[in-house]
Amino acid sequence: MNGGPALEAIDVVAGYAPDLPILHGVSAHVEAGEVVSVIGPNGAGKSTLVKAIAGLVEVTSGAVRLHGRDITGRRAHRLAAEGVGFVPQSENVFATLTIHENLIMGGAPMPKSVAMERIREIYGMYPVLQERMHEKAGVLSGGQRQILAVARALLTKPRLMLLDEPTAGLSPTAAGELFDVVRGLSERGAAVLMVEQNAKAALRNSDRGYVLAEGRNRLDGLASVLLSDEEIGEIFLGQRRDAVGPGGVE
Amino acid sequence: MILQHIADGILSGAIVSLGAIGLSFTMKLLRFANFSHSELLTWGAYSALVFLAFFLSFGGFLDGTIGPFSFGPALLLAMLCSCAATSVIAILLHRFVFDRLSRAAGQMTMVFASFGVALILRHLVQLIWGSDPIYYSNELQFAVLLPGNVRVMPDQVFLLVLTMFVVAALHLFMTRSRTGIAMRGVSENPDLARVSGINVDRIITCVWIIGASGAALGGVLYGTTVQLRPELGFGLILPLFAAAILGGAGSLYGAVLGGLIVGLSENLSVMIIPTTYKPAVPFLLIVAILYFRPQGIFGERSR
Amino acid sequence: MIGVVSYLVFFLILSLTFGVAVLGLNLQWGFTGLFNAGVAGFIAIGAYTMAILTGPSRDAVFGGFELPFVVGLAGAMIASGIGALFVGLATLKLRHEYLAVATFGIAVTIQLVCLNWEYLTGGTLGLIGIPNPTKAWAEGPLIQNSLYLAIVAIVVGLTIAALELIVKSPWGRMLKAIREDEVAAASLGKSPERVRLEAFVLGCMIMGLSGALYVSFIGYVSPWDFLPILTFQIWTMLIVGGSANNRGALLGALIVWGVWTMSGFVLSRVVPSEIQARGGAMQAVLIGLILVVTLLIRPRGLIGEELQVSRHARS
Repeated sequence: MNGGPALEAIDVVAGYAPDLPILHGVSAHVEAGEVVSVIGPNGAGKSTLVKAIAGLVEVTSGAVRLHGRDITGRRAHRLAAEGVGFVPQSENVFATLTIHENLIMGGAPMPKSVAMERIREIYGMYPVLQERMHEKAGVLSGGQRQILAVARALLTKPRLMLLDEPTAGLSPTAAGELFDVVRGLSERGAAVLMVEQNAKAALRNSDRGYVLAEGRNRLDGLASVLLSDEEIGEIFLGQRRDAVGPGGVE
Repeated sequence: MILQHIADGILSGAIVSLGAIGLSFTMKLLRFANFSHSELLTWGAYSALVFLAFFLSFGGFLDGTIGPFSFGPALLLAMLCSCAATSVIAILLHRFVFDRLSRAAGQMTMVFASFGVALILRHLVQLIWGSDPIYYSNELQFAVLLPGNVRVMPDQVFLLVLTMFVVAALHLFMTRSRTGIAMRGVSENPDLARVSGINVDRIITCVWIIGASGAALGGVLYGTTVQLRPELGFGLILPLFAAAILGGAGSLYGAVLGGLIVGLSENLSVMIIPTTYKPAVPFLLIVAILYFRPQGIFGERSR
Repeated sequence: MIGVVSYLVFFLILSLTFGVAVLGLNLQWGFTGLFNAGVAGFIAIGAYTMAILTGPSRDAVFGGFELPFVVGLAGAMIASGIGALFVGLATLKLRHEYLAVATFGIAVTIQLVCLNWEYLTGGTLGLIGIPNPTKAWAEGPLIQNSLYLAIVAIVVGLTIAALELIVKSPWGRMLKAIREDEVAAASLGKSPERVRLEAFVLGCMIMGLSGALYVSFIGYVSPWDFLPILTFQIWTMLIVGGSANNRGALLGALIVWGVWTMSGFVLSRVVPSEIQARGGAMQAVLIGLILVVTLLIRPRGLIGEELQVSRHARS
């Protein structure tokens, strides 16, 4: 099982149309217990990277490995069963289902009794969800939705957690709480890869970081080192001039 | 007189409801208007004919009627088998036509294809069983006189009770079972369902089974209360679409209520317009609902 | 030999007449992306208008104005256009799949009117004795039919020429822009809704023209000629030939009508007479199979759109 890092992406080429890759060969790895951020300007391919790892976007070349096992091209629901949790950027809860039903969705890969046991544990961790378990997820506030989205992904006790801009649209307090949740995940041994628009906040809450630009690796290193790197400032300032890059889909 | 129209409307509406459930689900889940869905009612009705002959050949208790109804245990068994057979047809169509097209082309290509599939299915029925009307049974039935001078056949009462039973069972399934909850989740957000670990292909298969079984039941009940004709389903295309669109794509209760509204409007319309124009009523309902509330009565506004 | 030639002329007249309707549908679907599932209805409007305008007067039925052929053609186009204007105003705002359902419903409704409004349409009997102008010009069916073929060919030629001109005009470029991306098209200035309506009306006028050509040739009009299967046939012609290409549309009309008539011929010979009625069902199954198989193995048709550069490829 432990043939390598929790997640290893090697020269991943991926995109929504076969002949129009958005990622032109991106590599990254995350160790168990580590929080790693992916930052970069709009259109850099950050979201595409996590979607490709989660099995939602087709990887046309390169490889993705989970604990040393090749999982390239495996379909999303199989990956979920293998311990990959994914919290998408928007529409990350089932608004028309109740909170309880959202959690049941998250437990799909597990036997029903195990799933129900896990849901009880989740309620213990996030009492706010238990209080409102029969309400539709659509009525939750932004922060609560985010908690529910993470909780849903947590149900299978993923060994790798992928988060796509988890703090987008949250108040600073709610964002802080979410980063605490993320930190808690890694402390329990999960590998966390999160995409963030807010580079500073993300790096402050990560161990390491990758900077992507135009679908390629630009920089990587310890979060503390990247935080003080001047080039990062340039990349993010430069973003405003060539914001409409190739494949504006993000 | 008006009470009789209302009673007839509810009864024909129940058949439309059964057919519209599947249409509504597939419209929401696969995002295309399936013009061949109503042909599943025809196939349900005619395949029950085959199973009926099979079960009747055993004679004994199978061959006989139950209480005041025109049919016996043989038809009930045939109805179940027909649900299975119709589901197989629907799944094959999905595998070999609709699924392949949805991957390779777009929704509109699927709509064209459903035109072609409808044509094939309908005329195959005509080829195999001919165009003359057929009945499951020649038993005579006596109408029951209800208060208000309303006449209903015992078979029609059975139709209504069975429809209510099916809807209640589906309600429980969609709210209590993990598969049912997954169906609702997939219809809201397929990608999120995938990353939650749900095998969306399996759920789509379930939706076809439910939709096709509903259609088969609708077809058999139509055959019991009216007659079997190859154009049985064809004549229901607009009523089914009207019910599904009225109720809002993807909504169980919407489809059921939509079916009742369609049945009632059709039957009450004859008090205002000539009977010959009755088939246009569902179309007027469609135009009206699309104009005033395109997401349907129960539908959520699409993203 | 004469038999073969006269049959060929007959065949070409009908397939080109349907070809005109396919051209109209091509303008709507191929160039603008409008899903009209009510083709038969608009052909019917044109056919009945032709019958009413040019047909002989008769008791108890409206019309029979005995107007000239060309007036009938123009009238048929105008009537279908007016019908399409109302339909378009009511339905063009809808999403594709709903537009398909709504237009399908319109065709059913139009057919009901044809069947039941006896004063206007002659009801189930239809209208008979519609004059064919070539009968006055020459003797003998072969010459008359050849002349009619010439008329149809001229109409097809003019329609194609007009459509090519239109598609290359700024308005035509707007159509494609709408098909590709409505939001972007709106930024080009003209209201996409207005342009969609114009394309819908124009396409339906061409379908009306086709209906008018049909009745003048056949000599009568019956509500049973405009069943939804006609819509299926026209669509299959377009899909088989290849949409967004006028030559493809005509080719599709020839092929599909050819398969239809040939299969009818073969079935009438092969199938025992007692189940002859089922031969028609076999033909319909065949057309359905052609449509589905074409979509599966050659979705662009035999001759697809000439320039296949989507906006995704350009960006």
